[in-house]
Amino acid sequence: MTELPLIGEAVAVAAEPRLAGAKIGVVTFPGTLDDRDASRAVRLAGGTPVELWHGDSDLGDVDAVILPGGFSYGDYLRAGAIARFAPLMSKIIDAANSDAKLPVLGICNGFQLLTESHLLPGSMIKNDHLKFICRDQVLRVENNSTYWTGDYAAGQEITVPLKNQDGQYIADEKTLDALEAEGRVVFRYVGFNPNGSRRDIAGISNAAGNVVGLMPHPEHAVEVGFGPESLDGIGGSDTEGLGLFTSVLNKIVGAN
Amino acid sequence: MPRIVVDVMPKPEILDPQGKAIVGALPRLGFTSFSSVRQGKRFELTVDGEVTEDILAQAREAAETLLSNPVIEDVVNVEVVEA
Repeated sequence: MTELPLIGEAVAVAAEPRLAGAKIGVVTFPGTLDDRDASRAVRLAGGTPVELWHGDSDLGDVDAVILPGGFSYGDYLRAGAIARFAPLMSKIIDAANSDAKLPVLGICNGFQLLTESHLLPGSMIKNDHLKFICRDQVLRVENNSTYWTGDYAAGQEITVPLKNQDGQYIADEKTLDALEAEGRVVFRYVGFNPNGSRRDIAGISNAAGNVVGLMPHPEHAVEVGFGPESLDGIGGSDTEGLGLFTSVLNKIVGAN
Repeated sequence: MPRIVVDVMPKPEILDPQGKAIVGALPRLGFTSFSSVRQGKRFELTVDGEVTEDILAQAREAAETLLSNPVIEDVVNVEVVEA
């Protein structure tokens, strides 16, 4: 078991000096909850997290951006609807759509932000059972060629925490068919669909694969003793979320 | 002060989980005549002064960009209500 302080400076599990130069911005909006966890995941993966504020007017020199989970603006109006018009979001949208293809990961509320921004198609509505749900969730990595999934094997199953209220992914049939045909369903729920999402979709990407959004929380499964394994005791699944963060770092330094 | 009222509803093809929960509760109170409920949103935009065509156009644009998400919702009504 790797010894790491719970609070304080996290040290990369497998420190690779070449990854440390990669800077990943983590955006905080009013009501964001998981920005600290996302930053810690970046550090544990070997990269350098950079705190960004939604009101900032430029992205600095970050190589990628994470929109973390939480309840920006209290989910007022619609989840992510108000945060989507934050000054920094227009910079992120432009950079994600540019030739440079800035890698962007949206987790939970961040995924909702990406659909509200139209960087990803479809939308999220209230869970079909109307309750907030929190559980360890098995996902299948359906596409390992995106910027955020290159370190996984195609078809690999991972367990990460899931916690949401408005997690039911919906889109019209034509959009769903296109997503499937283009391999843009990146993660799918396995064994149990926790929110009624169409076709068990847990996460999707844009056409270029640099923008990925998913409802479950990989940043909560990056550390031995603090992931799903510590609850079920079965073993082996504590750090299965780390791959998203190592994937993008390897992509940035040219290894993936 | 005049107000511009904007009504937003979930698209007909989208299952409305909240409406479904409400229709389930109605019979428990003895209201047995309602077979379906859909829940929408009403916005009231107050205008200082007269509502010009330009201001009404702005309200329509705001309704389509911020007040509703066209993927899941329709703007079903935009109208001026005099106070």
